[in-house]
Amino acid sequence: MVGHHHGGSPVSDGPTWADLGRAARAPGHPVVALAGNPNTGKSTLFNALTGLRQHTGNWPGKTVLLAQGVARHRGKSYTIVDLPGTYSLFASSVEESVASDFLCLARPDVTVVVADATCLERNLNLALQVIEVTDKVAVCLNLVDEARRKGCECDATMLEAELGVPVVATVATKGRGLGRLMDTVAGLNSGTITTRPKRVVYDPDVEEALAGIEPLVTRKLPPGAATRWLAVRALCGDMGALELVGDMSALELVDGTGGAVRKVTEGFGLGPAPSWPAARSTTSTAGGKSS
Amino acid sequence: MARTNEAERKGIGPLALLAPGEAGLVVGLSAGGLVRRRLLDLGFVPGTVLRAVRRSPLGDPTAYSVRGAVIALRAADANNILVRRAPESTGATAAAPDD
Repeated sequence: MVGHHHGGSPVSDGPTWADLGRAARAPGHPVVALAGNPNTGKSTLFNALTGLRQHTGNWPGKTVLLAQGVARHRGKSYTIVDLPGTYSLFASSVEESVASDFLCLARPDVTVVVADATCLERNLNLALQVIEVTDKVAVCLNLVDEARRKGCECDATMLEAELGVPVVATVATKGRGLGRLMDTVAGLNSGTITTRPKRVVYDPDVEEALAGIEPLVTRKLPPGAATRWLAVRALCGDMGALELVGDMSALELVDGTGGAVRKVTEGFGLGPAPSWPAARSTTSTAGGKSS
Repeated sequence: MARTNEAERKGIGPLALLAPGEAGLVVGLSAGGLVRRRLLDLGFVPGTVLRAVRRSPLGDPTAYSVRGAVIALRAADANNILVRRAPESTGATAAAPDD
């Protein structure tokens, strides 16, 4: 199963992420990606949702296996994709780049961020990044029983208000909360649940740099790709993102904006934090849930 | 005055200097670019309290408990993280806690 295929550009030749997206996309089966830090019970959740209806597929050009399965909920089938565990969408390993590329390029219909309620703070880093990539996202607050045993009560409602996306508490090992999780996934997919994700707005110089890069990224990628996030990755010097873009002028742009990058990274944790928008709606409707 | 500053400075060093059992506070990162990004993603953010948990038999890597997870770092990476050793674990003011 381990292929040796290596296309020069993952965009132009050979099987690509888009093919995988299409392969996963059986007609009428929405694609639901599970993202999360390692050891959050993501695969337990995956198994609980899909039972034995699962198989693994190879990510094109990379030796990473992606588990896929089918979940049935209220008469509808969903293709669930269990992404490799990752702390960040800034990829630093092949596994992580698969998770990141899948979210940015294959564009699942719904993404569920599986977060460990026992160390929530650490998990919110990825949650915020995924929220930057897509609107159709829910947070699955898993292991809430263990958190409670540790004396930690997680307020899902408050977290929901803070993040602007649905938060569902679950105990995947016992199957608790999975019905509500799938109801939320169904609602996000059909549009009966809309989100109002809180997103980071960067300092003006960074935003300006991103505004310069994003059009280049957009030109190279199919419609619907998470161009802003890829621009952020490119701006951070992420060669994987640059490879996807495959455009030397993007590289030049990154060189040209190196000053902005340095300013940001050096200021991290020392200078003022990125400003947090009071309310930046990305959907026209209010962020209420209706399920 | 100068002596105090010097003493303060003495408490600050690369993370790899923490022995297993010792705790510290992240005061800064000396790496740039994607290494810095990676360390921040792993939770090594300035202001974070962490603890060296155990060291592999060959002395490298070392596992650190940070923000609810145990993360193993090679010394080469850990040296990019500047920490201030927690007073109770330096042995200067009190006996080291025995966990």
